[in-house]
Amino acid sequence: MKVLMTEYLRIDLDTEQWECRVCDHTIGTAAKGYKEGMLVYNRDPREIHPPILDPEKYRFTFSPDPEWVRILEYYCPHCGTMVETEYAIPGHPPLHDMEPDLPALRAQWAKREEVKEPVVGPAVVPDQGHNH
Amino acid sequence: MSEMNTPVTAKTPSPEEVALIKKFLNDTTLFLGPDPEIMQNHDLMPRTEMEDECMRKVGDAHTIAKIRDRIQAGCDEGYEMVEQMGAAPGAKWGDVITGVYSASGDLAIASAGGVLIFSALVHHPIKFIIKNWVNEPTVGVREGDGFIHNDSRYGNVHNTDQSMILPIFHKGKLVCWVASTVHEGENGAIEPGGMPSMAESPCDEGLKMCPFKVVENYQIKRDILTFLQNSVREPKLQYEDMKVKLFACLRIKQRIEETLNTDGPEALISTLRTTMENVRAEVKRRVSQWPDMTVRTYIIQDSTLRENCVVKINCKLTKTGDRLIFDFRGSSPEFTNRPTNTIVAGLKGMLAQVFLCYVWPDLPRGQAAFAPIEVITDPHSIVNCSYDAPNSQSLMSIFTGFTAGQHAVAKFLYSCPEKYTKVHAPTFNMINTFIWGGVSQHGETLGNLCADLNGMGAGARSDLDGEHGLAPIFATMADIGEQELNEEDVPFLQLVSKKMTRDAIAPGKYRGGQGYTMIAATKDSEQWGFMTTCQGAKIPPIQGLFGGYACGCYPLSKVKGIDVYDILLNEPHKFKHSIEEIMNEQPFEDATYTTHHMGMGFEISKRGELFMISQGAGAGYGDLLERDPAGVIRDIEEGLISPGVAERLYKVKFDPATLAVNQDATAAARDAERKDRIARGVPYAEFIKTWNKPTPPSHLQYFGCWGDDVAKLYMGSPDKFRDANTPRPNYMVHPKDVRIAELEARLHALGAMGGEKQ
Repeated sequence: MKVLMTEYLRIDLDTEQWECRVCDHTIGTAAKGYKEGMLVYNRDPREIHPPILDPEKYRFTFSPDPEWVRILEYYCPHCGTMVETEYAIPGHPPLHDMEPDLPALRAQWAKREEVKEPVVGPAVVPDQGHNH
Repeated sequence: MSEMNTPVTAKTPSPEEVALIKKFLNDTTLFLGPDPEIMQNHDLMPRTEMEDECMRKVGDAHTIAKIRDRIQAGCDEGYEMVEQMGAAPGAKWGDVITGVYSASGDLAIASAGGVLIFSALVHHPIKFIIKNWVNEPTVGVREGDGFIHNDSRYGNVHNTDQSMILPIFHKGKLVCWVASTVHEGENGAIEPGGMPSMAESPCDEGLKMCPFKVVENYQIKRDILTFLQNSVREPKLQYEDMKVKLFACLRIKQRIEETLNTDGPEALISTLRTTMENVRAEVKRRVSQWPDMTVRTYIIQDSTLRENCVVKINCKLTKTGDRLIFDFRGSSPEFTNRPTNTIVAGLKGMLAQVFLCYVWPDLPRGQAAFAPIEVITDPHSIVNCSYDAPNSQSLMSIFTGFTAGQHAVAKFLYSCPEKYTKVHAPTFNMINTFIWGGVSQHGETLGNLCADLNGMGAGARSDLDGEHGLAPIFATMADIGEQELNEEDVPFLQLVSKKMTRDAIAPGKYRGGQGYTMIAATKDSEQWGFMTTCQGAKIPPIQGLFGGYACGCYPLSKVKGIDVYDILLNEPHKFKHSIEEIMNEQPFEDATYTTHHMGMGFEISKRGELFMISQGAGAGYGDLLERDPAGVIRDIEEGLISPGVAERLYKVKFDPATLAVNQDATAAARDAERKDRIARGVPYAEFIKTWNKPTPPSHLQYFGCWGDDVAKLYMGSPDKFRDANTPRPNYMVHPKDVRIAELEARLHALGAMGGEKQ
């Protein structure tokens, strides 16, 4: 039984491993954070959020200040998919962002059918109003 | 050692002595301040004997559904009245709630539209009235009474919101309450508009109305009304909206009385209680469907609105069985002299919005939807501030707290098969708008704000881009209003409005909805000014989701030394319709062009000077290399992103003239980028060896915990901190004093102080 945890991650409840949903790569034990099995890149935020105002002229440019914040990009080491981003204060330890309780997860899914395609959820449908 | 200081073994008082002490304290209370017993509790009051009896007598689901719909319709009718007749701009765009409360003060049924943050926090003042005024011989609660309230320390979000509260009696017995709450704006604070960012203590925040009686025999008491009018900048607004709220309450009262006449009080009381208990039980059931997990996130505020600094909102969300616990310990200590603190009820109200608007929008609106969810905070923190801390800009902390909640909740929802909405990246969370005030072209003194605060860009969803400039996170069904109508009342124009700000993007497989540009200039008054109250000019105030990016940053730009109306008359070709063109091309000679963070204190604007800002983008969802190239081209065609930025980020190859996508070249460029990622990415264990630091960086004023150690809260530098459970004052230096000190240091270094005596 595998549980789809995020857009790019699933947990194999039998092996208790994080897996990449894009390339099926086994990332690492689900007893630890998936980030521990990722490649990390320290991105200058100006590369993603380009200055709209001329940085030669102005203190504030619409770009984040690279001395105040960095973007940590987490890549699957096998396929290079960007699994997660983290806007981080320079030097702040990366967050253990998802820490599932594996026995509880196994017990919960023991009562469910395996879900192989993500459940998207209902669309917002415009009200058609009252008509005859 | 004196005798007084000698420790003695405490004697445990007997129950009789405890009762006596309690009576003594109750009889001799000096001041009825905010009651922690009320203010720290957001759960439903215990079921009363009367409610129990009514539920035994009337339990038929059809009867209860019929009455609930009828009361709901009454609340919506009251809401419409306030929205249509209210004078406050906030009323016109739906910054309103009306509701029916149980006899114990719980909000049972609220209006469907408007600001649902109120649904979780307007009950506190009613509980204060019940506890303190019902049996107080000098006050009392009688038929025909009405109570007013605005002090957020006794409930509600901030002091710009005013409530009118009426008890409803049936044959002499209190059966429920009705109330109407509106974001009124002006409240007599040190800056116009009701949300002063310059407030350094609660005494700077204007009217401080703890709940008191202002209506008797359904008539507003003229002496108290005059006092209130005399305390604010907009006496007309104060009077008009007190009347509007009173009459909305009377309409809801009429609908309740119709129900009482047809079905009796037992049916009404049973409906109110059953509705709340059912919603509470359903929330616990839905939570139980989520995975048992802990999710961690943090959101950064990059200013106090007075100065740039790094203020952490730390969030750990744990779900176990049917319990859901928000743990905000480790968030910044409260600021003693900055107004970005919030009372904890405000934070809870915004967290309730996550569920009522973005997760379970099908649930009946009311207090019960958040009642079983738990919240933990540090005392005297920015998300649970003390009585003495200013909180007029609490929005900064409740909005970033909301985003922490929205970001964490999304990571639970993805794997849960039972969904009521799509998984959603964080929506933009700052009120990028102009607050304004002064004397209008009609000679009236005004203080309020542009409804554009409701134009927040929405986060992307798991299969869709985010909507542009959609709605505020605190009221997903609110409106932006018509600027042209507003301009009839105020002496300024929005020369550029609702034009999307190009390249202010949040990329992803599905991109965030973007924000639009506002360029405002005063025209017909010499006594008029603006302020802005947002964070996020140096650090984005949101996070992306599942590989999507957050938004960028949003500064304030000013052009001074010009009269744009003369330019439009005489040299119209010089005017440009974007901040980018005006600031980079600098088309007006002799003008000064400056940029600032978005915490501009109230500033008088001269005719024709430009104040320019942009709404923000919601966060992106998923890896941007998976974005459909057609979506990227559509973004270029719609002016959301420039071709060069689109090609560089999304690795889409296209003909610059026709925008025809070269699919093969795009696939090759994306494959190459994935290989580049693998080449440049560093294994996690290696990365943290050089990245992780034991303390916050010394070049930043940092507030809050560092890493997972939530017991230690930094207070501006690596060597200044407090124990999380031991509050300490946390004063900020006036930014002008900081600037003077910097300049004096430079003068000293140059030997240019001229021997000035100190």
